[in-house]
Amino acid sequence: MITLDINGQKLQTDAEPDTPLLWVLRDHLGMTGSKFGCGKALCGACTVHIDGNATRSCVLPVAAVASSKITTIEAVGQSKVGKAVQDAWIAEDVPQCGYCQSGQIMSATALLATNSKPTDADIDAAMAGNVCRCATYVRIRAAIKRAAGTLTT
Amino acid sequence: MSAVEQDAVIQATRRDVLKGGAVLTVAMWLPTGAVRANEADVSKAGTFVPNAFVRIDQDSTVTVLSKHVEMGQGSYTGLATIVAEELDADWNQIRVEGAPADAKLYNNFAFGPFQGTGGSTAIANSYDQLKQAGATARAMLVTAAANRWGVPANEITIASGVLQHKSGKSARFGELVADASKLPVPTDVKPKDPSAYNRIGKSAPRVDSRAKSTGKAIFTQDFKLPGMLTAVVAHPPRFGGKVKSFDASKAKQIKGVKAVVAFETPARAGVAVVATDFWSAKKGRDALSIEWDESNAFKQSSDEMLKEYRELTRQPGDIAKQEGDVEQAFASAARTFEATYEFPYLAHAAMEPMNCVVQIGQSSCEIWNGEQFQTADQMAVAKLLGISPKDVKINQLYAGGSFGRRANPLSDYVVETAAIAKAMGTTDPVKLVWTREDDMRAGFYRPMYVHWLKAGVDAQGKIIAWQHRIVGQSITRGTLFASQGKIDATSVEGAQNLPYQIPNLQVELHTTEPKVPVLWWRSVGSTHTAFATECFLDDIARETRQDPYQLRRALLAKHPRHLAVLDLVAEKSGWKKKRAADEIYGLALHESFNSVVGQVAKLKKTPNGPKLVSVVCAVDCGIAVNPNIVAMQMESGIGYGLSAALMGAVTLKEGRVEQGNFDDYPVLRINEMPAVETHIVPSKNKPTGVGEPGTPVIAPALANALAQIDGKPVRVLPLSAQGVKLA
Ligand code: FES
Ligand code: FES
Repeated sequence: MITLDINGQKLQTDAEPDTPLLWVLRDHLGMTGSKFGCGKALCGACTVHIDGNATRSCVLPVAAVASSKITTIEAVGQSKVGKAVQDAWIAEDVPQCGYCQSGQIMSATALLATNSKPTDADIDAAMAGNVCRCATYVRIRAAIKRAAGTLTT
Repeated sequence: MSAVEQDAVIQATRRDVLKGGAVLTVAMWLPTGAVRANEADVSKAGTFVPNAFVRIDQDSTVTVLSKHVEMGQGSYTGLATIVAEELDADWNQIRVEGAPADAKLYNNFAFGPFQGTGGSTAIANSYDQLKQAGATARAMLVTAAANRWGVPANEITIASGVLQHKSGKSARFGELVADASKLPVPTDVKPKDPSAYNRIGKSAPRVDSRAKSTGKAIFTQDFKLPGMLTAVVAHPPRFGGKVKSFDASKAKQIKGVKAVVAFETPARAGVAVVATDFWSAKKGRDALSIEWDESNAFKQSSDEMLKEYRELTRQPGDIAKQEGDVEQAFASAARTFEATYEFPYLAHAAMEPMNCVVQIGQSSCEIWNGEQFQTADQMAVAKLLGISPKDVKINQLYAGGSFGRRANPLSDYVVETAAIAKAMGTTDPVKLVWTREDDMRAGFYRPMYVHWLKAGVDAQGKIIAWQHRIVGQSITRGTLFASQGKIDATSVEGAQNLPYQIPNLQVELHTTEPKVPVLWWRSVGSTHTAFATECFLDDIARETRQDPYQLRRALLAKHPRHLAVLDLVAEKSGWKKKRAADEIYGLALHESFNSVVGQVAKLKKTPNGPKLVSVVCAVDCGIAVNPNIVAMQMESGIGYGLSAALMGAVTLKEGRVEQGNFDDYPVLRINEMPAVETHIVPSKNKPTGVGEPGTPVIAPALANALAQIDGKPVRVLPLSAQGVKLA
């Protein structure tokens, strides 16, 4: 049994220790908001926060995060920044198919939590690890700026 | 459905598809009168269900049943907009639900008696149907109110979901549900005239934004049933390979693994490891040792195929179009030009790798899927299981992208899931999950093509002859959607119907038959024909010192829609204004799915090479039901097309696919995305496609800009294979 700290809750899992956190969340704990896109830290669909940092959960053995604070898309809206990002996402109508968007929002929230006024270059650097095959990038950029605006006013 | 009935469906489908020529873009035939819903499927107790598309609850919620999958293209929002318009509903009371599989109620008029989504037809083929459905529901609510209030129906108005009478009486939809349900369904209701629209043509937010911004939207990948098992598969390393033998002993030792089974479908063979969860199944799959029978496997390399294709461009092909006499015109031309263009195989690489949930019952089967091709999938699964297609129940879930991949005439991944469950002999639900590598290497690519073009101009630079020869695989051959005769319409669309007025025109096709599975890929034939035609035209403009915009204008006198789009994109991009020395513009124009799109790619020279700063896009898609969705689809199409143009290529080495994931099949990322500005040509015509038409135009627009930098035209895609990188 491994005990995890997810979204402020202590949760137990009997998953094998080498199981990536992504599959523990999805298959063992029933939290399907984090998505599987590549399994190799190449697309960002599985992004969660580990102690506040945007992290690809598809290559992260669950045993490695037993003592970390994990936040997922299911609870990111409970933080001020996460809520602002989600609201901005809806206001800009960012999602198309939507499959990448949990990961996009987790990356964007981590960015804004440490950089309240990101430049285009900052956005590129923070978001280039998140693929969107629907190419919603124009609106992702706009939503990040909108969220930044609502957070600083 | 009996075997005979099944056959009839196939026959009818083929006939109706053929009637219109190009597959998936055929003219629609319209329904006669409203259909009454199969109530068991769509109604709930105490609700008002006037037809198969609208359900109104006592709490006034209006549910629109969508016969089309929502895979990102905005169909749920667009279809709901049409119903909300006719009902004058409040946008907040609208929700959308995927319709069940039933081709009698939910066929796509562009496909015939066949339910499915594709060819950018969701709005176009539903427009009249949903206007009628919404108007009928409205009429019944009004009649119910008129009866209750004892006032004439024509004195009742509706605004924001509230029925009103000048006497001061008012009611929300939900209050009238019980009465309206008892009324006969009228068949002669007249929907609104477009001049009375107050919602269509205005942007409303997407109905799925919130669910998709909070992780709550349920995709196939997320769908779970009690007792469900997960299957991860090993596919043959080469197309056409079969399983000779396999050793599952190591796989079976892995905790959670329940079964290991071999399967074979019309699309491919393989071995599946089925476990309690994905990770256990994947570990089991990786522990398999399999001996493949490759006696009939495809072992060619794409380089060799390319050589053969180039050879074929030197031989006459089957005639797809012939006007005038190109040979004679070339002989009399002042100058002639030639060019060869090469296009690789492309993977769809939808964000959600292919997956499906199947549960086999007693002479029935239930499927949960981001379902794009209901009728084909019902028939294929029924055939595999020896049951009737109507007993294959399909539940519609959100699809994490498709770009054509989930509409497969062989139903490849859907039948694969059913075949695995069947091989296990289980009635437990089974979810098939492909890894990214499984998805990338499973075939069904945009085919590889080589084009050869030749043109002749007179002494004034006027184009007098145009010959276009295309070499590549047919997407539809051997499927329900096959064209009659030798010419696959999807191979030549965009070339055969070249809008430019040229007196001598010939289009030829060589259809090759390597055993690489191919499929439509967002914008189908236009993915390559738009590039070849639009780049070649710019070549001629450059060589004859004509402005690319003016040259196109002069050739489009008979195509007012094209002209209007061309003029709009020229105006909005400032084409005629003087550009700074470091600014380079490239133009392209193309019609697909009955919509015309023009784009200007704006490059800026930087010390690190040219940078694609922005794209100005103009589109004529008839009435823009929801302009916001139209703009989103133009942005998306541009990004998707740009990804392929810059870096998309699937290559084969002795039959093995060389790519597997986003490291060796790179895709566009945020730092590579230009700004996009979309302008819609005002129109009173019925809606036409928007999901695909934005895609094929960006590559030639970009290439036409790049060619101006050093005068070297782009003739091979992707650009990365030529060492061209943007800043
Ligand atoms: S699934 Fe983890 S980065 Fe792609
Ligand atoms: S919204 Fe479809 S992949 Fe991003």
